[in-house]
Amino acid sequence: MKETELIPHLFRTEYRKIVSVLCNLFGIEHIEIAEDIVSDSFLLATELWGLKGLPENPTAWLYTVSKNKTKDYLKRNALFAQKIAKEIRQTTAVLEEMEIDLSTKNINDSQLAMMFAVCHPCISAEAQIGLSLNLLCGFGAEEIADAFLTNKEVIYKRLNRAKEKLRAEKIKIEQPTLPEIDKRLETVLTTLYLLFNEGYYSTSQNTVLRKDLCIEAMRLNLMLIENERTNTAPANALLSLMCFHSSRFEARTDINGAVILYEDQDSNLWNNELISKGEFYLNCASKGDHLSKYHLEAVIAYWHTKKGDTAEKWESILQLYNKLLQMEYSPVAALNRTYALSKANGKQEAIVEAEKLNLSGDHLYHSLLGNLYSNVDNEKALEHYQISLSLARSNADKATIINNIDRLAVLNKSQQH
Amino acid sequence: MKEFLLIFRREIASNEPQPSPEQMQASMKLWQDWLGGIAARNKLVSNGNRLYSKGKVVRPGNVVTDGPYVETKEAVGGYSILRAESLEEATEISKGCPIFSLMNGNVEVREIVPM
Repeated sequence: MKETELIPHLFRTEYRKIVSVLCNLFGIEHIEIAEDIVSDSFLLATELWGLKGLPENPTAWLYTVSKNKTKDYLKRNALFAQKIAKEIRQTTAVLEEMEIDLSTKNINDSQLAMMFAVCHPCISAEAQIGLSLNLLCGFGAEEIADAFLTNKEVIYKRLNRAKEKLRAEKIKIEQPTLPEIDKRLETVLTTLYLLFNEGYYSTSQNTVLRKDLCIEAMRLNLMLIENERTNTAPANALLSLMCFHSSRFEARTDINGAVILYEDQDSNLWNNELISKGEFYLNCASKGDHLSKYHLEAVIAYWHTKKGDTAEKWESILQLYNKLLQMEYSPVAALNRTYALSKANGKQEAIVEAEKLNLSGDHLYHSLLGNLYSNVDNEKALEHYQISLSLARSNADKATIINNIDRLAVLNKSQQH
Repeated sequence: MKEFLLIFRREIASNEPQPSPEQMQASMKLWQDWLGGIAARNKLVSNGNRLYSKGKVVRPGNVVTDGPYVETKEAVGGYSILRAESLEEATEISKGCPIFSLMNGNVEVREIVPM
């Protein structure tokens, strides 16, 4: 790896680890100090490595420098030492020998503790995702802004407000206890689910960034599975779902970023390794009798990895969506269920059901009706695609709808001849 | 939005043949497609429960009789709860219930009094 790539890479992989360990040590109310110390170490690295060349082990170098900076900080800052030293039950004398434990185990424990602190229900889901990206994934405000299609200032404010809130609520960064895990794991999984979706469905044109979001969500999810206490059936089901979805990452967009519909995807581009991993975690998820929405979504995604249309496939997908919707309503599930209904029970029935959905402000709803009316009533199909186009906001969505309209025109021509 | 209880009633025949697995599968699909359709409109509050046909009725004076079907051959087979704007809408939704074709049953639609 070239030196210019090494520092951003290390920033992505190591920043979050050291911050987690220091936060674990200091408590969440001193998050900024932890961040400042680690940022300082990276700044020093940028200056020194450029001048003197790379150290033998850059990661170890960063750890040592961060440890020393932490100790210096604690020693020098009397006020801070008084405040924090009390909290971490250390006196200035012991600080000399204080061990800042950057072992793999402590890094993992600290990151897990951080994950549970960040996903505290006192802050909004949006802020939880932002903070996760910032503190657990090492994303800068600019990258987060890019992913959320907003500007850096908005993200800065959002992150700061969330940190302020965690401080005000005196949220502790600690190893979650079993009852805590029971209570909070669901929120943690929701955050990971949203984080993944942000990457998978985001309309940001930055494909590399979007893929990174998905990878980070999977990495954090894997961390839950590697910890005995958080290795639950829903956590496995969620990872399985992410594996199945990401197996289609390469196949689902064209070079312009327009979404390629499932039925038009080149299945040779599907990633078989990820499909097998998804099957593995789905198996792990089926131990125990807890059926979560992630289980249902994972099995739906599993069926989508089967090539071609069979009656069994679409009937299974329809029944899974029926169950999913009875468990929890979402407009996306309602639209997908209606598509599955058209595949399993026929277009006529699906059109009747679709018109009852009451989602006429949603461009995806009109795209669905455009699809259902194609070959049944092409004039109506075009009408719906045009409404969809007028409602769509992102360029990628518009490109997808224009493709559908073009295709409908071809269909019309071939029927006239 | 108001909530409505749908009470599914069916005739209880004493010597009914046990349905085949295929018949059960087909009937399950009809129920699931119907409930899934209601849920897709975000109008399902609870899919409720299905009830076994066996039961007891307790009356004043510790009088216990077998079965729910003392005066009528009809018995409650299950219930679901819907969300709808009006009794008319809930009734309209109930018209799609597979109970009519499957077991010649009926659906009673009752508005729930909010507590």
